[in-house]
Amino acid sequence: MKARVIVTLKSGVLDPQGKAIEGALSSLGVAGVASVRQGKVFDIEIDAVDRDAAAAQLAAACEKLLANLIVENYAVEFV
Amino acid sequence: MRAAVVLFPGSNRDGDVARALRKANGVDPAIVWHDESELPAGVDLVVLPGGFSYGDYLRCGAIAARAKIMDAVRAHAKRGGFVLGVCNGFQILCEAGLLPGVLMRNAAMRFVCKMQYLRVENVQTAFTRAYAPGQVVKFAIAHGEGNYEADEATLARLEGEGRVAFRYCNSAGRVGGEANPNGSTRDIAGVFSDGFNVLGLMPHPENLIDPLVGGTDGRGLFESLAA
Repeated sequence: MKARVIVTLKSGVLDPQGKAIEGALSSLGVAGVASVRQGKVFDIEIDAVDRDAAAAQLAAACEKLLANLIVENYAVEFV
Repeated sequence: MRAAVVLFPGSNRDGDVARALRKANGVDPAIVWHDESELPAGVDLVVLPGGFSYGDYLRCGAIAARAKIMDAVRAHAKRGGFVLGVCNGFQILCEAGLLPGVLMRNAAMRFVCKMQYLRVENVQTAFTRAYAPGQVVKFAIAHGEGNYEADEATLARLEGEGRVAFRYCNSAGRVGGEANPNGSTRDIAGVFSDGFNVLGLMPHPENLIDPLVGGTDGRGLFESLAA
């Protein structure tokens, strides 16, 4: 099954890349952007008995590797 | 002091650190490939060198921290063995949980490559005993992700236990402000583990061991260990 893992910075963690992107959008004339924070998307094809099993596997993958839990959150969705 | 330098795909300062170790110890360190499951017998010091292990993919040091050799490095540290992580090595130690905190992207978003003054904060360790308390040293820095971050509780513990190893300063020893190249919290350039047997630092002492390069302040770290 196809899953999408989204890893984002915890709120309060400085995101200079997000700020730089925010600045670039502004100078390109994209109006009204109040803030930008950059995250990561992992599209993962995973074999599992069912969605719950897959979700557990993916949560483990996040905890072990895909997210640094000191500064990042993760969310798992199924496509 | 028997030393081993771990090599990951993308490590590039292994040669420099081997030269510094050879100069201080009189013996070449062992070079250990990341895919080994054991360290050589009798190793006293494990070094994780600088570079771009695994291309900095995912997060700097994230994949290297999960390499096969790291179980042996962790066991070595648990037994009180010495571990030194320089630059990418520091990032790997934080990702591996051998040191607290995380190294984030430099606050000003620029890769910084220059000589950097540091104040030696704690000289009562095996890594820093050759220095004088509060000594200002000149090492080299070259990094894009050197911004040290940790939560308040961790920082309080680090400060309280004397585990901040080096702070960014100017040539006069004034810490912080313009002298902080990457936005690191409390101007922290390096930290010790709670047993003081693991040190991670972003600057490169191994590049300041020969007067030809413009300074020899880096020798003190390797000579402290060799003593």
